[in-house]
Amino acid sequence: MAYSEKVIDHYSNPRNIGTLDKASKQVGTGLVGAPECGDVMRLQIEVDETTGIIKDAKFKTFGCGSAIASSSLATEWLKGKSVDEALCIDNMDIVEELALPPVKIHCSVLAEDAIKSAINDYRVKNGLEPIEDNKKHY
Amino acid sequence: MLKLPIYLDNNATTPMDPRVLEIMIPYFTENFGNAASRNHPFGWKAEEAVDYAREQIAQLINANEKEIIFTSGATESNNLAIKGVFEMYAAKGNHIITIETEHKAVLDTCKHLEKLGAEITYLKTDEKGLITLAQIEEAIKPSTILISIMYANNEIGVIQPMKEIGALCKSKGILFHTDATQAVGKIPVDVIADNIDLLSFTGHKMYGPKGVGALYVRRKNPRVKVTAQMDGGGHERGMRSGTLNVPGIVGFGKACELCRLEMDADTAKISKMRDRLEKELLVLEESYINGSVEHRLPHVSNMSFKYVEGEGLIMGVKNIAVSSGSACTSASLEPSYVLKALGLDDELAHSSLRFGLSRFTTDEEIDYAINHVKEAVLKLREMSPLWEMFKEGIDLKSIQWAEH
Repeated sequence: MAYSEKVIDHYSNPRNIGTLDKASKQVGTGLVGAPECGDVMRLQIEVDETTGIIKDAKFKTFGCGSAIASSSLATEWLKGKSVDEALCIDNMDIVEELALPPVKIHCSVLAEDAIKSAINDYRVKNGLEPIEDNKKHY
Repeated sequence: MLKLPIYLDNNATTPMDPRVLEIMIPYFTENFGNAASRNHPFGWKAEEAVDYAREQIAQLINANEKEIIFTSGATESNNLAIKGVFEMYAAKGNHIITIETEHKAVLDTCKHLEKLGAEITYLKTDEKGLITLAQIEEAIKPSTILISIMYANNEIGVIQPMKEIGALCKSKGILFHTDATQAVGKIPVDVIADNIDLLSFTGHKMYGPKGVGALYVRRKNPRVKVTAQMDGGGHERGMRSGTLNVPGIVGFGKACELCRLEMDADTAKISKMRDRLEKELLVLEESYINGSVEHRLPHVSNMSFKYVEGEGLIMGVKNIAVSSGSACTSASLEPSYVLKALGLDDELAHSSLRFGLSRFTTDEEIDYAINHVKEAVLKLREMSPLWEMFKEGIDLKSIQWAEH
């Protein structure tokens, strides 16, 4: 199967690989997927206390090229957004941007789940209710 | 000069030896006759070439040339052997014994027969990929008509105890079929010594052309018959109708002859390279060889690099052509059933690469592959959350994974 140029670019030059301090109150961590499914994503955001803007985002991913590219792209998009704006990132935006084929749509779903999971972790740490995910993926 | 990408997927198919191609060419053009045309020299010439190839092929497995039935490849040979025995020996019984790690050409044939009333026992292998004689003996019933066990596995190269299984089958009067696709031409195969009744093999795994294979069908002690699965002109002693692929057969014959003459030299050279590749890659932390190292084909290596996903790894080693045990491209996301049968953890099964060397593989190519794989594994581990957890001493099994 041929990968799109954008997937290859993110895979070869992944943006924002790394680890933020999990214990920090300003950091939200999302760990999604499972080793037996062949992909695990860990996505972290660091939120500016005063502005509520995501000032840093990091990821690490165990998975195929599309999974790595999806999470790499997600960190790029997250930086500079407010938490509420970040919640609006839709997996289909990732599919479109990376030209993912149908068998790789689950990689984008995973990235969206990772974003939501990181945001909820941040919310809970700061005394807010986690946001229910009512979205159905097809 | 090193030419990229480097081909290390010789268990999928081998390049054709130029000596094989050379001998085939005239049979496409001037010697184009139909081997079944008995009335003119065009047919005679084709028949003569086929007869000669049949001898070359039979000799490689210590068979008689009359025992070679030409087919389109090993998948067809496996279908013909198993379905053909099931139909032919229906009065004797309906039970077939095979193993979990067979190629799909055997497993799916067995599944098909189950719908037609066959009873199939799928034996489990141990963690090395091997089965024991005791397991087979235990599975035998009065209704057992066939035991079909692969000679060597296509993913891990593990060789089953053929001689012992053959002797057991003979003592019980049960037919013994083996899918020897990966073994023939690579290691000595002897249907007499191993008491094999039916044996499937193909040209394109041993430097011959694609689209031509054979089924060995024993003629003496016992005389084995299979019901044809392809009806027509009654070619191949009535067991497989269809005009013979003369150029393909000629090439298959030559490929067998070359393997017979050069096997020892090839094996010595290839296994040395394979062992070096493994030794160098085992230097990487948390890397493992899958399957038995003692009972293994000389040209295959299946390795897992823990905490790195196979498909991502394949993408990282784009300058070498290998295959992965991870089948993330399919909708099922299932890792290799062969590796799972060995009891490998899912993350190890997902993290595997199969290297297949050939007589054309060079030392420079192996050097390149070693560095290329090492670099990719290290790079992917840097971005693997599982690797980070492992390094922090977190037990991955203690984590509640959100399955999706």
